[in-house]
Amino acid sequence: MIDSKNQNGFNHDPKFMHARLKTGKIWHRLFFSSTAIGIMALIILLISIINQSLGFVAVENIKDPQSISTIPFEQLSNQQLIEILKINLSENRLKTIEREKPLLEMGQSELIKLITEKVVDAKVVASWTLWQSIFEKEKISALVEASYPNAQISFRNWLNWDFLVRSFSSRPELAGIRVAIKGSLLIVLIAIAFAFPIGISSAIYLEEYAHPSKWLNRFIQTNIDNLVGIPSIIYGILGLAVFVRTLAPLTSGEVFGIQGLSSRSILSGGLTIGLLILPMFILNAQEAIRAVPKSLRQASYGLGATKWQTIRSHVLPSAVPGILTGSILAVSRAIGETAPLIVVGASTYITSDPSSPFSGFTALPIIIYNWTTRPQDQFRNIASAAIIVLLISLLSLNALAIFLRNHYNQTRVNL
Amino acid sequence: MKKSQISPNQKSSLFIKKHYRGEFIIQAIFFLCAALSIFTTLGIAYELIKESLLFFRTPGVSIIEFLTTTTWQPTIGQYGVLPLLTATLITSFFALLIAIPLGLGAAIFLSEYSYPSTRKIIKPLLEILAGVPTVVYGYFALTFMTPLLRSLLGADNVQIYNMLSAGLVMGIMILPLFSSMSEDALNAVPSSLREAAFALGSTKFETSTMIVVPSALSGIVAAFIVSVSRAIGETMIVAIASGSGSAFTFNPLKAAETMTGYIARISGGDISYNTPDYNSIFAIGLLLFIFTYILNLVSRRFSKKYREVYE
Repeated sequence: MIDSKNQNGFNHDPKFMHARLKTGKIWHRLFFSSTAIGIMALIILLISIINQSLGFVAVENIKDPQSISTIPFEQLSNQQLIEILKINLSENRLKTIEREKPLLEMGQSELIKLITEKVVDAKVVASWTLWQSIFEKEKISALVEASYPNAQISFRNWLNWDFLVRSFSSRPELAGIRVAIKGSLLIVLIAIAFAFPIGISSAIYLEEYAHPSKWLNRFIQTNIDNLVGIPSIIYGILGLAVFVRTLAPLTSGEVFGIQGLSSRSILSGGLTIGLLILPMFILNAQEAIRAVPKSLRQASYGLGATKWQTIRSHVLPSAVPGILTGSILAVSRAIGETAPLIVVGASTYITSDPSSPFSGFTALPIIIYNWTTRPQDQFRNIASAAIIVLLISLLSLNALAIFLRNHYNQTRVNL
Repeated sequence: MKKSQISPNQKSSLFIKKHYRGEFIIQAIFFLCAALSIFTTLGIAYELIKESLLFFRTPGVSIIEFLTTTTWQPTIGQYGVLPLLTATLITSFFALLIAIPLGLGAAIFLSEYSYPSTRKIIKPLLEILAGVPTVVYGYFALTFMTPLLRSLLGADNVQIYNMLSAGLVMGIMILPLFSSMSEDALNAVPSSLREAAFALGSTKFETSTMIVVPSALSGIVAAFIVSVSRAIGETMIVAIASGSGSAFTFNPLKAAETMTGYIARISGGDISYNTPDYNSIFAIGLLLFIFTYILNLVSRRFSKKYREVYE
């Protein structure tokens, strides 16, 4: 770029210098904007999710509340409410309801909820995004009048308490994520119970015992480095072949005397995720152990402690905050993993809570996937609500990790 | 009176012996845990190869047909992996087209231009972007990127499921990974090199692009290769946004299933063991495993190089 223009090899032309600075300025802006585009993408992503999770809905009642009772439900006694349920619902449906909780034990609010769900049966026939709800209000009401004359428009926040505590349903307005949240929690618990002890032991071996001159130790280290980069779906295939198929008696609970369950169980899913996060976990723990100063170990040896005594009472306690941060990050990875669980056989149509590690399972990312791929708009709405739940839990985990790291760094400086 | 007494010397040697046995057992346990990772790799390789062999032994399926023909229709016994492979390559190409220039720009900005205070805000934001689960990106591709592309390029030209949308969103997903790895490489370049360049009269831009980036090149190449491997192995975005059903096409505006998308779709349904369908996901998985493992090995080589030079 710098051509020699005179004998010294320097170009003293101020215009040339000016041009160089100008190119520099342009590129500075380009570098900045590529960073800004990344941040913008994050913001657009979040906005587009929130946009889908709130908005107007058109609700059609299968039965008019006025025709059921002329008095508002809130003013009726429990006995009258039960009477309404008995008149309007078939015996079979009443039985399924009573199996969960007898009607007589329910409070007034629960009964009203039952009536509005099962008898009035409000159905969301159309939904709009937040953006449309704010800027195209008239268009929406005109459209509803034209195509759904019986429907009423109301503003709906799809992410509400009912959504969190309900189980799966084929109707989006009645669907909830309770089963999925419990499934996700159990999977993460199993994954951590598997990966935590093995991960820490491996990290201790590689950092404290293994001599890098031995080829086996180098091989283990390289292998762990490579395992981090293997696509998660491959782990899913491994889980399918090993946990679901080969170890089927174990993962379906047959070994423990439980019959008739599929080996596509929470245990299989959790172990697969455990294998997936293990290499990442080991690398994090290794880093934490490496950060413990050498002097600490030497002082302990100097006092006559053995290697294991040194590790147990000096190295590990100092490395705990780092290991903890690493494991929180591993958990946040485990919560969001979808592909391996699909391969291992997560199902989506599960309406009852997981009762043991051997029951079939679903997880938060799995139902997000399932709802996203459905054509109706309302499933998009609940998918976005579930995504918000997922992202909030991930962000709080990450915030916790950052807080721990900063807290630990500060206390170490103060020492 | 005879006293059976152990001299203090003997006592301590017994103590040490006992302890050494304990020490040895503990070390052995730790070693076994560490060796488990080798079994993971071996397990992956064993299962993939075993089931792939079963697949290639199915009548009407041969490795040559698998690698060279262009129709993937398991229902009529056509097993040519090329359409799945091209779809994977096309989505990855668009992902890298977005992620590499933007990621490199962001890395140079963060390491060479930005103030520490700016970096303190931007880096965590990029980390959040990197931590978003891929299924969420898939949702984003289908509900935001696809409608956007359809309104920009015309709904007649762009199919509802298309490779372009999946690729672009995958690029956004890979961007923070590439930029943070490249930034590490740029940061590892000693400041003496920059100072020397400034002393010779270079501008900041010239220092960055002609001194710092070439010095960190092996690290940046390593980041690039890791990004390629990530793009090839990415599943959820393509499973949601790129369509199901294989198609041999080079038009990114059309739907085509990728290798990972196929594995996810087939294994997600009710699948019975020992059918060509079931075995075929292992054959494709093996191909995927070989690609990504080689890419990771190569990337390690490159990143080792810059670490050896500067650290």
